[in-house]
Amino acid sequence: MTDVTHFRDEKTGLLLASDGTPLKTKLRQSLKTSRRRAFMLVAPLLLFIMASFVIPILGLLWQGVSNATYEDSMPRSAPIMRAWDGSSPPSEEMAAAIVADMIDARKAKTIGKVATRVNREESGTRSLFTKTARRAAKMEAPFVAALEKADKDWANIETWRAIKIAATSLTPAFYAAAVDMKYTADGEFVEQSEERQIYVSLFVKTILVAGGVMLCCLLLGYPVAYLMAHLPAKTSNMLMILVLLPFWTSLLVRTTAWIAMLQAQGVLNDLFVFIGITSDDARFSLIYNMTGTVIAMTHILLPFMILPLYSVMRSIPISHVRAAKSLGATNWTAFWRVYFPATVPGIGAGGLLVFILAIGYYITPALVGGQDGQLISNFIAYHMQRSLNWSLAAALGGILLAIVLFLYWLYDRVVGIDNMKLG
Amino acid sequence: MTDTPGERPFVHFDGVQKSYDGETLVVKNLNLEIGQGEFVTMLGPSGSGKTTCLMMLAGFEAATHGEIYLKGQPVNNVSPHKRNIGMVFQNYALFPHMTVGENLAFPLQVRKMSRSDVKQKVQRALEMVQMGEFGARKPAQLSGGQQQRVALARALVFEPELVLMDEPLGALDKQLREHMQYEIKHLHEQLGVTVVYVTHDQSEALTMSDRVAVFDDGIIQQLAPPSVLYEQPDNAFVAQFIGENNRLTGNVTEIVDGVARVQLENGPIVNALAVNCDGVGQKTQLSIRPERIQINSAGIPNQMEGRVLELIYLGDHIRCRMQVCDHDDFIVKVPNSPEHTMLQVGQTYNVGWQTSDCRALDVI
Repeated sequence: MTDVTHFRDEKTGLLLASDGTPLKTKLRQSLKTSRRRAFMLVAPLLLFIMASFVIPILGLLWQGVSNATYEDSMPRSAPIMRAWDGSSPPSEEMAAAIVADMIDARKAKTIGKVATRVNREESGTRSLFTKTARRAAKMEAPFVAALEKADKDWANIETWRAIKIAATSLTPAFYAAAVDMKYTADGEFVEQSEERQIYVSLFVKTILVAGGVMLCCLLLGYPVAYLMAHLPAKTSNMLMILVLLPFWTSLLVRTTAWIAMLQAQGVLNDLFVFIGITSDDARFSLIYNMTGTVIAMTHILLPFMILPLYSVMRSIPISHVRAAKSLGATNWTAFWRVYFPATVPGIGAGGLLVFILAIGYYITPALVGGQDGQLISNFIAYHMQRSLNWSLAAALGGILLAIVLFLYWLYDRVVGIDNMKLG
Repeated sequence: MTDTPGERPFVHFDGVQKSYDGETLVVKNLNLEIGQGEFVTMLGPSGSGKTTCLMMLAGFEAATHGEIYLKGQPVNNVSPHKRNIGMVFQNYALFPHMTVGENLAFPLQVRKMSRSDVKQKVQRALEMVQMGEFGARKPAQLSGGQQQRVALARALVFEPELVLMDEPLGALDKQLREHMQYEIKHLHEQLGVTVVYVTHDQSEALTMSDRVAVFDDGIIQQLAPPSVLYEQPDNAFVAQFIGENNRLTGNVTEIVDGVARVQLENGPIVNALAVNCDGVGQKTQLSIRPERIQINSAGIPNQMEGRVLELIYLGDHIRCRMQVCDHDDFIVKVPNSPEHTMLQVGQTYNVGWQTSDCRALDVI
């Protein structure tokens, strides 16, 4: 036996390898190669994800708080408008800068974008901008009077205040708009007028629908997963194929099938009338509304609930329930006190998965939701594709992301994320 | 044992058969009576039907035919939770989300006992298995042996009269297993419960049981106390399964007063107890325990020559593999005492045995 102190540095007390270098250094060296290899293995995917996922998302989130449309096209007036206090009468300097910018922007054909941007802060200013820009070239000092002559709306201070907000590139205005607030030129947040408040109730609706879909999936999926976990392998494989079938069917085919099933003259309603649940002139409206959205989303997301549940249930030894029964528990007690707690990790995983997928679901509500079944993601898509208000879309998306992260954090606090089993 | 044989048995399997697929019988016509307070082990290789019998008794499997009686009452249609049978499972089956204390309290809570009673009984049961300190731990924080004790305590805490154990020591290492065997045996003596124990480990069965039922092929091959099982096996399977056993085959030439004269294949004529041989002219298999064979001792009836092939020193005894009657797997256990012959590999010696130590059995 060798004396152990021989391998210890006398000054630092560190363990030494047999050649005298500290053991920790030695260990780092020996792990270096394997670490480098591990990094090389993930590097292509890492690059791909950075380029196609992380950077675009960060860029979009940045758009939620920053919109430089005005500043880019109207560079002279932007700093002057930002410096204005927002309450004193518009100065000659402001007016001159705006007129000069308008002439340039008209030449560069960017005046339309600027007009749209200002219009978001004060509706009606779009036509004011395009109209004034056409006349700007012929305007002469004093410019405040010239502008007011061109259109009397320039005499309204609210117009100038809207320009001040638009001129500020870095602004909370879009996030404020996403929660039905208005960011004023004085830097205050006020509530939107009642008829324009849509997003908060839409977020609430989306969360409720996602929760409802999750609950439906749990209620429908739990018994199926239980059956599959306790059948012989051959039969359960057959059932598994049936569960996965929705994954393998084209969304368009499924949507058509739902329409055939659920519409007023569809299979289900015909059946209801035939059995006598409802009369011919009072058929249920099951599609192109919230009901349709919930039914279709439950159908699509069901496998995401069943699969984690199934894999968790598979791993519960049959002897646990048997032990409970031999100890005197009835079937229900054995289920509720022994079996059910063991499936909680599966419920958590499936529930979280379904909820997070449902909260951002877009295509199904768009296809079968009608007017009333639209969710927040449909409005994000609307602002991306139709209204082209990308900053508002980014702000709505950012809030959605925050909600999901918050729920994830909450789940971790309550259930514990390491308790989750995906399979 | 409080009941004498002949009284109403505590557990009674009456002509029980079990089939899973309707084509083959896993348990064939089982008849078994177990007295109150008895420790009976069902011993057999895997697939012999022993665990199925236990599960039928516990109520987790239904008998295909026949009836099981518990204290004289038929239980085929009684659901498991009403049978009041404690059970210890192979993998302990402790509920992982409950603490040890909650696990033990479970059977008492479902019996609607008062909170103070539950607490007291749980503590007493834990102390009974020397686990009094561990009530607040989760099962995952315990070692295998500790989990085993908790499982045992849980099966006993509600004071059942019958406890079933399904290979409870299978997952433990050898030393711990032997230790737990004694503990289970002592608990049984202390509490007087009836225990039906399933195992494939013969030393476990011999250590603990009052009686052992040796299972093979869905049939009880022999039901007897351990000593009888080892020394007087009824058939070749039991002789083979329990302990080590030398086999020699031959033909029966005559049977006089329960002693058969057997002409060995490639060997002399020897005498053996006619236990389970078919009669004159039929083949038989002789079974002799390795420790009953004597080397170079004069005055014993059955003698023949054997050549030493291999010697293995095992401390308390020497294991000697010999060639006898052209069989080269003839084992002799020679006690390690100074006066004993020091054997040499390659040498030929005289081996022999008493007629009462040699049993003529069926051929397998």
